[in-house]
Amino acid sequence: MAHGHKLEIFRGLLKFKSNTQKIWGVLIFLTVVTAIEVALGIIKPRALTHSHFLGMKLLNWIFIALTLVKAYYIAWDFMHLRDEKSSLRRAIVWTPIFLVAYLVFILLFEADYVYNVYRDGFVKWDF
Amino acid sequence: MDSTVATEENVWGGGNRPLGASYGKLMMWFFLVSDALTFSGFLASYGFSRFKFIETWPIADEVFTHVPFFHGNYPMIYVAFMTFILIMSSVTMVLAVDAGHKMKKNAVIWYMFLTIIGGAIFVGSQAWEWATFISGDYGAVETKGGRILQFVNAETGKRAALADFAKTIPDERVEHNEPNGVWFEAEPYVPSYSVNEVMEGLKANPNIVIRTEAIHQEGEHEGHKTVLTREQSLEKIKESTMVVEGANLYRNEYGSRLFADFFFFITGFHGFHVFSGVVINIIIFFNVILGTYERRGHYEMVEKVGLYWHFVDLVWVFVFTFFYLV
Repeated sequence: MAHGHKLEIFRGLLKFKSNTQKIWGVLIFLTVVTAIEVALGIIKPRALTHSHFLGMKLLNWIFIALTLVKAYYIAWDFMHLRDEKSSLRRAIVWTPIFLVAYLVFILLFEADYVYNVYRDGFVKWDF
Repeated sequence: MDSTVATEENVWGGGNRPLGASYGKLMMWFFLVSDALTFSGFLASYGFSRFKFIETWPIADEVFTHVPFFHGNYPMIYVAFMTFILIMSSVTMVLAVDAGHKMKKNAVIWYMFLTIIGGAIFVGSQAWEWATFISGDYGAVETKGGRILQFVNAETGKRAALADFAKTIPDERVEHNEPNGVWFEAEPYVPSYSVNEVMEGLKANPNIVIRTEAIHQEGEHEGHKTVLTREQSLEKIKESTMVVEGANLYRNEYGSRLFADFFFFITGFHGFHVFSGVVINIIIFFNVILGTYERRGHYEMVEKVGLYWHFVDLVWVFVFTFFYLV
């Protein structure tokens, strides 16, 4: 593969001179994101743990969003999906996303229902 | 990159690569997508159980608090370190792939070597994490209903270990060892304290109270486990049936039984992936040294194991989030 590496990340905001440089750049970015996650996990700002969105703490939504960001850069730059044909990229990315979103939606709804049965359905569990 | 591929471009004649990737690479992606679905299934079922017991699920920050060689309470630090090691070894892997494209054999060898070292450190850390989790640190008792009761010091609010307050009552039963029996079998395990000793210890120490699994859903203590008063504690301890120390597949001192089951299963499955990744990396590492890919004219094999290695890293990012952060 006489590689045409795509050397820009953040939608062209940051352009690297060589592939090696881009790799280190992505490493720095991933490390920063992980550091933010860990810091938030240790501090647990009250503003984020006491506000909810769609039944989940705001902090947890932030964690999930940051995770997806990390996953994106690992797949795009380390697994060099950025350099693959878009048809291959779409087949790889959207198939699992669709199936996982479907599964998670069903399972979490069902779990919440079971939780409500345990709580309100005269089931004694704490004895 | 494949010099052997025929140039004919007709659809059924072979040699046609509409996705611009070789057969081997496509098959690696097939495998990775299906493996991703397997992991998603595990994590989704973890989410199911967690949402089902949302009010009583253990709080990860209180479970994984240890760092090797350091005493004290450092939640998250060690897993963060493990995450960084794995990302770092991913970086050396891409660098190996990049050096492969430029046909720099020695650079590939060094980067592969560093990748293998990183993987080994990660697997070792995970083994340590398991060992710490299995041996536990404070101990707890289980009630008739299978709930876990932990103990805290009412004055300091810190967790109290069974050893801090349990009474030693002589004339309790001892562990049955292999040499003393008619049959050459030892008893599985007898906890360091009996339920009776814990009960008496609780009665004798006025500053020890019980902490239950239930998490406050609102109010001042939202997000924290419920701590009982002294009177409630003395009442609650009567329901205890056994002492639990550490974790196994049946019960664990941290709370919900499923928590330990999922922990062992998911991190175990991931650890197995890392382990097999290291083994495959070692094989490729020796192939590079022997010059196999130099003769073949390209280092695509390094790229393929690289994909697997990055995938392992990718999965860890999710495991890290859902087990330790959320």
